Amino acid sequence: MESLLQSLLGDNLLTVVLYCALPLVFILLYALLAILGEVKISAWMQDRLGPMRTGPWGIIQPIADVFKLLQKEDITPAKADKVLFNLAPFLSFMSAYAAFAVIPFSSQYVGADLNLGLFYLLAISSLNVAAIIMAGWASHNKYSLYGSMRAVAQIVSYEVPAAMVLVIIVMFVGSLNLQDIITAQSGPIWNWMVFGGPKQDVVLASGEVLSASWANLIFLPFFMASFVMYYIAGLAETNRTPFDIPEAESELVSGYHTEYSGMKFAMFFMSEYANMFLVSAVVAVLFFGGWNSPFGVYLGDAFGAPWLVAVEQFGWLAIKGLFFVFVMIWVRWTLPRLRVDQLMYMSWKVLIPFSFGIALVVGFLVVIL
Amino acid sequence: MELTILFYVFAALTIIPAFVVVFSRSLIYAAFSLLFTFLGVAGLYVLLSADFIAVAQIMVYIGGIMILLVFGVMLTKQATDVEISTGIMKTLPALIVVGFALGTLIMVLTGASWTQIGTIPQIEGTALELGELLMTTFVLPFEVAGILLLVAVMGAALIARKPKEVQS
Repeated sequence: MESLLQSLLGDNLLTVVLYCALPLVFILLYALLAILGEVKISAWMQDRLGPMRTGPWGIIQPIADVFKLLQKEDITPAKADKVLFNLAPFLSFMSAYAAFAVIPFSSQYVGADLNLGLFYLLAISSLNVAAIIMAGWASHNKYSLYGSMRAVAQIVSYEVPAAMVLVIIVMFVGSLNLQDIITAQSGPIWNWMVFGGPKQDVVLASGEVLSASWANLIFLPFFMASFVMYYIAGLAETNRTPFDIPEAESELVSGYHTEYSGMKFAMFFMSEYANMFLVSAVVAVLFFGGWNSPFGVYLGDAFGAPWLVAVEQFGWLAIKGLFFVFVMIWVRWTLPRLRVDQLMYMSWKVLIPFSFGIALVVGFLVVIL
Repeated sequence: MELTILFYVFAALTIIPAFVVVFSRSLIYAAFSLLFTFLGVAGLYVLLSADFIAVAQIMVYIGGIMILLVFGVMLTKQATDVEISTGIMKTLPALIVVGFALGTLIMVLTGASWTQIGTIPQIEGTALELGELLMTTFVLPFEVAGILLLVAVMGAALIARKPKEVQS
């Protein structure tokens, strides 16, 4: 992908900028789809029609929403801290976008093929916490402040089980590189992590061989449980229902972004949707084979067109990611909100002990097998 | 060439917020400026091919220490409306300490034998070597640090816990 851009535009700064901006194009298009999905799916689940006036079945509603947000007056409250208030939304989106640097969209496109991919992903998402506190403090509003404190307490608690699940997968594959984790799951659907990982030896990009056999089926229950735990932690980290305590409408107006309007609100909104896809993409990469086709073969190989393989791989990752975003929306319109104490109980007394236990068992099994 | 420009970008990102930390009268500004200083330092580590330390820097300092600092500052001022005095005081002791620190730094700076390697060697994956060293040669310090942290966490939990009321 990079070489294609280089051959088109030459080896200059423009190429680098375009290469880095590709995920942004994807996020913008995906955000439109997700906004429409949220209103339409919620409507179906509640036996309503949802927006119907803009275009056939209301499908251009998200575009109308974007124009509405663009036209809105940009208000900075008189008592707010001007600098931090204006900085926070950008920092929030920056942290979400920076994480996309290591998401492999296909075998040919990954922003930065870091050997520390997963570790970087964990670290950079902590920037979002700083942005949320900044927004909550700068708004000079008690609802914003409470919302941001709840958000931070929640994210900090759920980072621990999420990190433990990542450790489980890293122990199994022996690499922090996301491309390696995906390569380890290549082939048909039963090689995916959620079904116990690869069933035959895999050669990683570094040349190392990950030896595997059908005995890996023993990992199936552990990885299945890890997947569920990671997804729950992901829901909490993106502040989605049933973990939307930081934005609880009935208590806190809308939490840390109560005072934001217009495009600055849109930035928070975008970063929330970007984070939703991020969590879904990481779930797809860790447990569902990333850009691997579930059939183990590609149309592009049959036609002898390598570019088609890359497009197909991107398609598979997008389908898997969007499916998990759909599940998030589905959960949101199905479950009620947890209480704060239930939230903390869930993280510290359920997810953390279980994730540590699974890490211990998987560690022993990796050494034995 | 590009790396030199990047170095100056990251250096500016480190130093300018650092000045804000020192000179700002607002504690919250100082705390949030640290965020950018930490990011800049992480960038400098990347330029030095120390990728693992760079990511650990973001993880520990931004994800942990800075959040804790901001929380502390927030709870003191915004939540309880107590103004914290941030005036200039105790000028003489401060001058002595700062002068001593500056003298030591200058001594080290001038005394060190700086040698320049032509190009930074490309290191593939510092995580693997670091992990192996931590699990073999340095396993004892690593485990001791782990136990120390565990004790610190348990101590913090014990202090923060409300004392049980004695039934009379």
